[in-house]
Amino acid sequence: MPTELQSGPRSGAAIAVRDLQVAYGGTRVLHGVSLDFAPGSFTALLGSSGCGKTTLLRSLSGFVPVESGSIVVGGKDVAGLPPEKRGMAMVFQSYALWPHMTVLQNIGYGLKLRGKSKAEIAAKVAQMLSFLGLAGYEDRKVTALSGGQRQRVALGRALAIDPGILLLDEPLSNLDAKIRMTMRHEIRAIQQRLGLLAIHVTHDREEAMTMADRLVIMQAGRIAQIGTPEEVYDRPASAFVANFMGAENVLPLNIERGEGRASVTAGGTQATLAGEAAAALPAGEALAYFRDDVARLGAPDAAAAGGDLVVPGTIAARAYPGGTYRYKVAAAGREITVDDADRHELGTTIGLRIPLQRLHIFPASEAGIAA
Amino acid sequence: MTRIASSARMVLAASLLAAFAFVLIGPLLNLALWSVAERWYTPYKLPVTYGTRYWEQVFRPTGDAMASLGTSVWIAVLTVIVALALSIPAGYALARLKLPMRALFMLMFLLPQAFPSVAIYINVARIFYGLGINGTVLAVVLVHATHGLVFSVWIAAAAFAAVDKDLELAARNMGASPLRAFFTVTLPLAAPGIIASGIFVFLESLDEFTGTFFVGVPQVTTLPLLLYNAAMGGNYQVASITALILLVPSVLFMLFIERFLRADVLAKVGA
Repeated sequence: MPTELQSGPRSGAAIAVRDLQVAYGGTRVLHGVSLDFAPGSFTALLGSSGCGKTTLLRSLSGFVPVESGSIVVGGKDVAGLPPEKRGMAMVFQSYALWPHMTVLQNIGYGLKLRGKSKAEIAAKVAQMLSFLGLAGYEDRKVTALSGGQRQRVALGRALAIDPGILLLDEPLSNLDAKIRMTMRHEIRAIQQRLGLLAIHVTHDREEAMTMADRLVIMQAGRIAQIGTPEEVYDRPASAFVANFMGAENVLPLNIERGEGRASVTAGGTQATLAGEAAAALPAGEALAYFRDDVARLGAPDAAAAGGDLVVPGTIAARAYPGGTYRYKVAAAGREITVDDADRHELGTTIGLRIPLQRLHIFPASEAGIAA
Repeated sequence: MTRIASSARMVLAASLLAAFAFVLIGPLLNLALWSVAERWYTPYKLPVTYGTRYWEQVFRPTGDAMASLGTSVWIAVLTVIVALALSIPAGYALARLKLPMRALFMLMFLLPQAFPSVAIYINVARIFYGLGINGTVLAVVLVHATHGLVFSVWIAAAAFAAVDKDLELAARNMGASPLRAFFTVTLPLAAPGIIASGIFVFLESLDEFTGTFFVGVPQVTTLPLLLYNAAMGGNYQVASITALILLVPSVLFMLFIERFLRADVLAKVGA
């Protein structure tokens, strides 16, 4: 990964994180993370709770002391600097608005510290508020605002100091679903308009995919995969990433590789794959990960055609979330979730038609942890 | 049947209320009565002659009472300053820093309360004699502050602990130095608790007798000491009026608490 330290096309500085290690009271939380952020890019740090994504963000902002490694911002290592000297603005999950101050005082705080006059602060805050759709809210108490409004004020406070770097620590998780959707687009639009380097921590896969140019999937204090939303979703690098990105169905496979072709056995049935797709498969015991919309339900005795596995199974449960039915199918000793448009009765024996091309297959020895 | 039961319950409630009122108000009423009794002796159940002669005596500008009230307030103010100057940093440290012996520190501030105060004050008086500060306002302030720290440190620690650390970090993130963040964010948010602890220390100091008696007498005469002298000298009128004066700040404090401190702030004390 090349280090991009020269200033990019936009105003903000680049960040280069090198071999960052962070520990809390003897417990290592980050195990040597190296990561680059380009100016003007929007990166989402994605992972389940405890994976170190928030710790990474907080060590960037200077709230968490770094054990070793460097954080280079615009050519300067800031790993040892206090938070106030790092030039990064953060939006907190709790918003962290100061309840004893008005909206004006909250947003103007950073400006006041920078020695701006009262008139300058008032003008900048008014501009920021109209930008955020809160014009005329200067003298409100922040405690009298709704969740979405507080979120905007928190964003306004961070943006008021014209930071090159915006850190977002799960800023949407306390909002209700509808406002969350709106805020996703707003934050993305603001980031684009101002050309900010944004780093967004979230555990919400959809939020990360819709907002960011690039996802960083974290697992147990390490980076599991870096890529665009499409790359991470369609070509997960590990069983963990596949599982985390929603491929939650697991099917044990046995793969025998021959000349230019591979034969795949699962649940007593077999299918063969040829060409490039076959060459990419591991040999021996493997686990396949796939999403609910991959498999189809059909007749149990249907012919396996074109590299599809047809695994016999019985319908164990059915729900109707809308649009299609969602089935739990007992097959190959596992329970597999399948979305299908047709209605089937419970207990029916069916054939689970699984296209091999759409499976994420990993050797069983590696995949074990996530299975 | 139910009517009898309900009226019986009413009678019971009324008599309990009356008893409670008597216990609460009775002594105060007695004080008020004594303060306006110019002559009152057995076998009379009520004063023989009423008048405000003793009030005039107490409030005369040259009177002992006014002087000792001044001394009391002056000592109380100094005590609050000393106690807060120590308990604000101590409370912040106890609330925020991961001190290795946090429990021990908290216990240390409680220790003065753990032993019989007379035993402690006698030794304190001996040490103060050695230092040559016995009988000075400084000695009394030190004794009162030690006593007040027990409460003020605990309350300050609770008040600081109740301020979300992210609020402080947000200020740092915006570019504030640690000191600036403390004075613009943490301290204002903890202020209601700190003010309450200050008032508490003030009242404790105003009320304090034992310590003042051992390290202050005879040079320093506070209101409680004046009350003691008056009562011992059989001057119940002056004693009663002094006691009533001592009541005023307590009542004001109650009103303040009621007005400014919400239950959720009070609930954090000791948490």
